[in-house]
Parts: sequence; structure tokens; C-alpha cells
Amino acid sequence: MADHHFGGIKIRHLYKIFGPNPKPYVEAVQKGLSKTELNEKHGHVLGLSDINIEIPSGCIQVIMGLSGSGKSTLIRHINRLIDPTAGEVLVDGVDVVKMDEAELRAFRRHQTAMVFQKFALLPHRNVLDNTMFGLEVQGLDREKRVDTAMRWLDRVGLKGFEKKYPNQLSGGMQQRVGLARALSNDAPVLLMDEAYSALDPLIRMDMQSVLLDLQKEIKKTIVFITHDLDEALRLGDQIAILRDGQVIQQGTSQEIVLKPADEYVANFVREVNRGRVVHVDAVMSPHQSGAYHGGKSIPAGTTIEEAMRVLVSGSDEDVFIVGKTGEPVGTVNLRQLTRAMVNSHEELQARPALAGVL
Amino acid sequence: MEWFYKFPHMDDDALRGLKKAIDEGFRAFTRSYGDLIENLFSPLQSFLIAADRFMTQTPWPVIILIIVAIAWFASRSAKVVLGCLVTLLLIGYFDMWDDTMRTVSMIFVCTVLSIAIGIPIGILMARSDRVQKIVSPILDVMQTMPSFVYLIPVVMLLGIGKVPGLIAVVIYAIPPMIRLTDLGIRLVDKDVLEAADAFGTSASQKLFKVQLPLALPTIMAGINQTIMMALAMVVVASMIGVQGLGQPVLKAIANQYFTLGMFNGLAIVGIAIIFDRVSQAYGQRLQKHREIVHG
Ligand SMILES: Nc1ncnc2c1ncn2[C@@H]1O[C@H](COP(=O)(O)OP(=O)(O)O)[C@@H](O)[C@H]1O
Ligand SMILES: [Mg+2]
Repeated sequence: MADHHFGGIKIRHLYKIFGPNPKPYVEAVQKGLSKTELNEKHGHVLGLSDINIEIPSGCIQVIMGLSGSGKSTLIRHINRLIDPTAGEVLVDGVDVVKMDEAELRAFRRHQTAMVFQKFALLPHRNVLDNTMFGLEVQGLDREKRVDTAMRWLDRVGLKGFEKKYPNQLSGGMQQRVGLARALSNDAPVLLMDEAYSALDPLIRMDMQSVLLDLQKEIKKTIVFITHDLDEALRLGDQIAILRDGQVIQQGTSQEIVLKPADEYVANFVREVNRGRVVHVDAVMSPHQSGAYHGGKSIPAGTTIEEAMRVLVSGSDEDVFIVGKTGEPVGTVNLRQLTRAMVNSHEELQARPALAGVL
Repeated sequence: MEWFYKFPHMDDDALRGLKKAIDEGFRAFTRSYGDLIENLFSPLQSFLIAADRFMTQTPWPVIILIIVAIAWFASRSAKVVLGCLVTLLLIGYFDMWDDTMRTVSMIFVCTVLSIAIGIPIGILMARSDRVQKIVSPILDVMQTMPSFVYLIPVVMLLGIGKVPGLIAVVIYAIPPMIRLTDLGIRLVDKDVLEAADAFGTSASQKLFKVQLPLALPTIMAGINQTIMMALAMVVVASMIGVQGLGQPVLKAIANQYFTLGMFNGLAIVGIAIIFDRVSQAYGQRLQKHREIVHG
């Protein structure tokens, strides 16, 4: 197992229709029957429609959408807590949809772990026993369970709380237990359904940092659900935006913020602090040959906010942007940066014209 | 217009015939299978006798020590323990020790039996709506049917004695056990069950690691109610030969001995309070970590 490379998750043409007899409607939905029509004419609820997502191993995939957009439904297809109406869910190359009961149990025990919005801890067990739950279900002996659980409790900052009960802990602490319980399973896939949505903003930031720190080390394939764009942008290597059970945009945080696919996404993006998300690459003037004088420079991929910090602390008008090997790729000045922060995406998209003016 | 004032009932002869046929059928059944059924229940008989012997032949200070110790471990409350001690001493002082011990042993066996039968039935009910639909009305009948009525077939089958008494008491006392087991399991938090599924629990792991532990406080309330209902049946059961505090009460009713009835009645109340407080305190201790707090 040690040298087996986990193959990631591939979701293909996934449909979910809720109702007593969903199968016959898949074709109609494929041909364009809308969610409202399906509900009003046929009394079935369209949960997911033609979902296609590829999640490479070791990547944090964020799935974002408003309440009722189908996020929970989608994530529950990955460990088949919900059965699809049509489609494939390949985890490490194996179709979860085709597993029989025993295979599915083994798959859930060893390949996936889940963290829940409402924590879903066992109230009659203390922190340690909660953390060991997955390992206990796997049938490991107690010594190994305690060993693993203690290590993860320590790792999420709960050392010394082993004997406490969930109702003696704050929400943030309880979710740390939830995270430790999931991590103890040592499964390649980590599913987090609005895991931080019930937490206060400060605690939430804290927990995001915990996750990002851990991920550098554990390199799991994480599916993270949220309805909060800031959280999505901070955590997601890839982001998929869901509306009415359909993926309306997929991409990196840059792509989502700079080129929202439609009004729905634009509405999400409007309130975001662009300075922290957009990279200087998106606003710089392209490099003109010969002008590079080797002065102050910042690497490509720096956020606008960071770049401004560099510029306001120095005296230079312009600063060079350099690529990975140190070659200049462009220049940027304070005005460009400021404009990027206060302007809407339409103007940013028109960047070439803008660059010409400057 | 006679049918309007007098309910047009079944023909008298036919009705008499019907009752007679049923009675005779049952009597025939008793005659041919009575021994077999009696043998079936003989382990129960041995259990009853052993419990009875233990309670009446163990020296009273030992019994008091045992009961007080149980009360302490269940409740961890000095008040409850002291209450138990005083009640038991008073019962002994007024010379009702032996009868009380017989009743306690009877209640003990009845409770064990109710748990052993009631919890599995409750689990089945919680698992399937169909089973619930079938069992629920049966429990209604068991609870509302006057106990004297089902004493009749029990006595016809098994005669007078401890076992028929026990069966009558269990029939009366088991419904809350079954109902509250069912309820407790059905009330288990859906999110927690989903988490158990997500971690790949098998059906039995889910039952024993999640559903039963989380339902335990409710099941405990069922045990408490079962004990209380069994105690309420003590006097009725004594009519078919169950020894204990019920018999002096029965004698007192027949002979109008007011004080005898009163004392034994109070003794029943006394042990009822002991059972109730101890089992409730235990139930509450189980609840200690249960309230889910968010935030
Ligand atoms: N068991 C179900 N039966 C019918 N409709 C459901 C069921 N579960 C979810 N839905 C519907 O599917 C849609 C998506 O729900 P959900 O995945 O919970 O959304 P989200 O997690 O994004 O808030 C909603 O319209 C919801 O009403
Ligand atoms: Mg949800």
C-alpha cells in the first residue's frame, strides 16, 4: 500500500432526483426539464444534475453554493450516504456506485472520513473515545487506537482534554474533536460538509489555518463544502460553484474572482476582499524588453495586498514582477493596484485596454 | 320498533354456544398441552424459587447492606441511601421483613424478565414501522385489559402459584419497557447516526455503540415504569398465590383488618419509593453528559 498513489476522485454525469420513482425522469432532465417543472409537474425534486468534477489527489476541492443548492447532497454521494439516480463516482479508480454493502462498509472505513456541520459527536463518550470511534469500527485493538487518537488530538490542539465530554467543550473545540476523529482514520479522502459554518468567524479562521497547516503534511484529497466565499478562496485549490444542483463554474480562486461565469457568481464575488485574492499577474503591465534594471521586485503570484505593502514601504514608482526563475514578467504601480481593488470585475477583464492607458 | 329501544343482539342460544365452544376449546387445549407448557416455564420457576430463597434466607443485615450498596452505586446520593436504610429498618421493625423480601424478589425476577423480553422487542419495533404497527395495538390491549381477565387463562393453563402470578405481572408491566426502548432508539439524533454510517459501522456496531447507549436514559425510564407497574400488581398477583406483601392485604380486605392492610400497604409504598428514587437517580446520572451544547 505504501507506494500506491491515490488516484483522486472523479465524478461523472451524476444525477440525483429525489422522489418515489426517480429513474424515468433522468432522460427528461438531460433533455432540459428544469428543477421547477420537475417539481410542479411530476412531484420530484431535482437534487443534482449532470455533475462532472475531477479532484486530483492531494487537492482541496471546495464546493460552494447557497443553501439548498445541493452541496450536502453532492458530498454524500462520494461516500454514498446518498445513492445516485444516475452517474459514476470513481474514488481511486473504483466506482462507489457499484459497491455492494460489504465493499461499501470497507470503503467507508478505510478510504473516507467525514467531518460534519453539527459535529455529530457521541455525547456519551469522552473526547478520546470519540476520536477512536473510526478505529474501533475498523476493529483495531485498543492500544493502537489510543496511540493514534492521542497523536491526532495533540495535533489539533486538544492535548489534556481527552477525558472531557463533548458538552463540556466549546463549538470550536468540538469540531477539533470531529477533525481528530476523521484524521485518525488515516483515509486518503476527507469530506467536510460545512464543517466550519457553525463556528464564530475568529474560531473559523483559526480552524482554517489548522486545516491548511495539516494539509501541507497529510496531503489528503479534501472535499470542503461552504457557503462562504472567503472561506472557499482561502482553502480551495479548486472551487466549484453549485446552483440548483448544477455546477455553474469550476476553477481556481483567480478564475472565479476575475471571470465570474454569470450574475449568480458575480454576486458572490462582489463582496470579496480582492486585495487578498487577486494576484498581481492579473493587473500588471507586460514587461517591455530592456527596461529591467534589477531594482525592487516581487514574485508572480503575490496578492495585490502584499504588493501594495511592498510599494508603500519603498520609494519606487514601479516594481517589477519576476517569474519563477527570476526573469521579469511585468511591472506594476500603486495606481494599478488600487484600481484593481476598488473596480469591479468587468473593468479588470478589460485589462489590456487599461494597461494601454497607463 | 323494539330494535330501536333494545339493541338487536346475537341470538341468546348462539351466543351461549359460542362462549361454550371457546371455553371448551381452550379447556381441551389446556388438557392436552398444559403439562408441556408447565415444563416450558419450569426454568422460570427455578429462577423464582432461587431468588425467593436468596432474599428470605440471607440474614437481614446482609440484605440491607446489599440494597444500600446498590442504592449508593446507582445514585451516589447520601439522601437516597439514608432514605433506603430508614425505610428498610422500619419495615423490619414492624415485622414485615419476610413478606417484603418475597415481594422484592418477585419484582426483581419480573424486571429481569421484562428487560430480557422487552428490549429485543423494542429494538425490532424501532427498526421496522411494520413491526411497530403490529405490536403497538397489542401493547394497548395488554395495558388496558383488566388484569383479572387475563388471569383466567393463565390460571387455567398453569394453575395457581408463582409462575402464573409472574406471567400476569409481566404482561401488565412490560409495555412501558417495550415502548420506551422503541422511542429511545427512534429519538437518536439523525446526524449522529449518519456519522456512524459514514465511518462504516455494521448494523450491530451501530446498535451497540450508538443507538442503545444513546437510548439508555429513555430505556432506564422504561425500567423505572415497569418496576412501578409491577408493584401495583402485587395485591392482584397475590390472589393467584404469589406470596409477599399482597397476601396480608388480601387477608385484611376479607376480614376488615384496617391496620394490617395499612401497614402492608405502606410497606409496598416504601419499597416503591426506594426502587423509584434509586432507578431515577441512576437515570439522571446517565443523562449527565447527554445534553448537546452547540456554540
Ligand atoms: N431526502 C430528500 N428528499 C427530497 N428533497 C431533498 C432531500 N434531500 C435534499 N433535498 C433537496 O435537495 C436540494 C439540495 O439540498 P442540500 O444538498 O441539503 O443543499 P445544501 O447542502 O446546499 O444546503 C434542496 O432543494 C433540498 O430540498
Ligand atoms: Mg447542507
